[in-house]
Amino acid sequence: MAITKETVEYVAHLARIELQPKELDKLSEQLKQILGFIDTLKKIEAAKIPPILNLSQDTNVKRGDTPRNSLLTDKALENSPSKEGKFFVVPKIIE
Amino acid sequence: MDLNTLTAQDLLKKLDSKEISAQDILRSLEKSIKAQDTKFKAYVRTQDFHLPQQSIDYSKTTLKGIPVAIKDNICTEGFNTECCSKILEGFHPPYDATVVRKLKDAGAFIFPYKTNMDEFAFGSSTENSCFGPTRNPHNPECVPGGSSGGSAAAVASHQAIWALGSDTGGSIRQPAAFCGVVGLKPTYGLVSRYGLIAFASSLDQIGPITKDVSDCALLLSIIAGRDELDSTSVGSKGCDYSAYLEKDIKGMRIGIPREYFVEGIGPEVKKAVLDAIKVLEKLGAKCREVSLPHTEYAVPVYYIIATAEASSNLARFDGVQYGLREKAKDIIAMYKKTRDLGFGQEAKRRILLGTFALSHGYYDAYYLKATRVRNLIYQDFINVFKDCDCIVTPTTPTPAFKIGEKTGDPLKMYLSDIFTISVNLAGIPAISIPCGRTEKGLPIGLQILSRHFGEGDLLRLAYAYEQNKP
Repeated sequence: MAITKETVEYVAHLARIELQPKELDKLSEQLKQILGFIDTLKKIEAAKIPPILNLSQDTNVKRGDTPRNSLLTDKALENSPSKEGKFFVVPKIIE
Repeated sequence: MDLNTLTAQDLLKKLDSKEISAQDILRSLEKSIKAQDTKFKAYVRTQDFHLPQQSIDYSKTTLKGIPVAIKDNICTEGFNTECCSKILEGFHPPYDATVVRKLKDAGAFIFPYKTNMDEFAFGSSTENSCFGPTRNPHNPECVPGGSSGGSAAAVASHQAIWALGSDTGGSIRQPAAFCGVVGLKPTYGLVSRYGLIAFASSLDQIGPITKDVSDCALLLSIIAGRDELDSTSVGSKGCDYSAYLEKDIKGMRIGIPREYFVEGIGPEVKKAVLDAIKVLEKLGAKCREVSLPHTEYAVPVYYIIATAEASSNLARFDGVQYGLREKAKDIIAMYKKTRDLGFGQEAKRRILLGTFALSHGYYDAYYLKATRVRNLIYQDFINVFKDCDCIVTPTTPTPAFKIGEKTGDPLKMYLSDIFTISVNLAGIPAISIPCGRTEKGLPIGLQILSRHFGEGDLLRLAYAYEQNKP
C-alpha cells in the first residue's frame, strides 16, 4: 500500500506542520520509499504475539503524598516567547 | 604531557596528589578547544560562554572538579539546551537533568558548551544539526557518527575528558565506534531520563562516552540509579561498576550471532571483529555461534516505533512555552508555521512517518504490528542469554562514511544503524570499544551486549579485551 501525496498532506495537518508544495512532493516520495522498506514486516506473521509497548517492569509507580517544592511560575514562564503576568499568551482561540 | 589527553582516572590521581588543580585541566581543555573548534565543531555556541577563571573547592568530592561535556539534549540549568534545533532556539532550562545534578553532586564541573548532535537526536551522522555538522577527528572529510557525534568527537580529539550522550537506536555506540572511543548504552531504566529532552520514550537512555573502559565504569556508577522523577528508572542506589574491572574472563560464555556477519559488512570491519574474538578466546572465554533470527526486522520495527513515539513527544514544540514562535492570525496557523520553520527536514520526515503509523486506519498495520515484532526481537535475546553471558558483534557494518554521502537517501542512512538498533528494542545494555583501524586509519568498533542489568559482565569483558588487545 503506497502512501499518496494526499495522505501526506493530511498527516501533516494532523501533525500541525505546514509544508511548502516542493517539500510536500519530496517528502511524499521519500516516505513512499521508506514505507516500501518497512513493508518487509508483512513477511512475518505476528498476530498472536503480545505487543511490547514499554519495557518498564513497573506499573503504577507511586510516591508518598507529601508536599515538596516544584517549579515556580516565574521560572516556568521564563522561556516563553509571549507571556503576561502569570500566563502564556497565544492567538485568540474562541471566536 | 597535556592534561586534556589524559583519562579521568589518571587526572584523579594527579588531583589527589595535588600535582595539578582542576583549573589546570580546564585551561588545557580551553586551549585544545580554541585550536580545534572551527575544524571539527564538536561543541555548539562556544562563542557565547566563557569558562570560569576561579574554580570552587572540590577537594572533598569524588570527581574533584573534572569537567564533563554534555549533549545538547540534556538539560543544564541556565545554559543553552536546544537539541541543535531552531525550534528550541535560546532555550535555557529552569532545572538540571538528574544526571547533571548527580554529576554536580559528585564534584564534576559541567561544561557550559554543549556538544553538537543531530536535531532531536534524529540521525546517524551529526549532519542534521542547525549549527552545522561535526567532523570526524580521524578524518575531517568523514562524519563522526550520530546522533551524539559532538560528544564522541570532543572526547576523541581531547576537547573533553569525557562526555554524556544519549542512545535511542545507537546514538552513543555508533559515534563511539566511528571516533575510536568507548560508548555505553545502559539497560533501559538504569539511568534516569529526567531532563533528557525525549525522542522515543520506550528506547531512550543516557550513557557515558569516554577514552577507556575504566572511565566508562566510573561515569556510569555516578549517573546510574533510581530517580523518583523518572518512573521508568529502576534499582536502588546504583552500584560501583569499577569493581567489575578484572582481567580474568576465563569461562565467560560468549555468543557470536551469525546474522551480524552477513553481506553488507565491510571486510576490514569483519576481520577486526573476528580478530578481537580470537583475543577473547585466548583469554579463556568460550565463544560459539548463536542465532538472533528476527534481526532483519529490527530496522523497520525501529523506524515505526521510534518515529511514532517521537511524533507524540515533539507535539510539545508548539511555540507556546519555549523556543521559536512564528506570528499568525489564529492558533492553528501559528502552530503550523512555527513547526514548519522550526523543524529541519529529518525531524519533519520522522514526525510525519510517526503520525502516519499512529493514524486511524494505519495503526494496526504499522504501529501495533511493529510492537508485536519487537517482542520477537526481545525474545531472541532472552533465549540467547539463557546460555550466554555476553554477545559480541561489530558496532557498525562499515567505518565512518563521507560527509554528504547518505544525506540524500534517508533509507541508506537508517540502514547504517542495523547492528545497534535491536539493543534498544530489547532494552539490554551494550558497549562499543575500539578494536583496530582500517588501512586508511579509520577506527573500528567492537560491540558487546549483555542481559538486562548485565553492565558488570559487559564492562568486565570490555576491560579484559582493552587490556589485552594487540
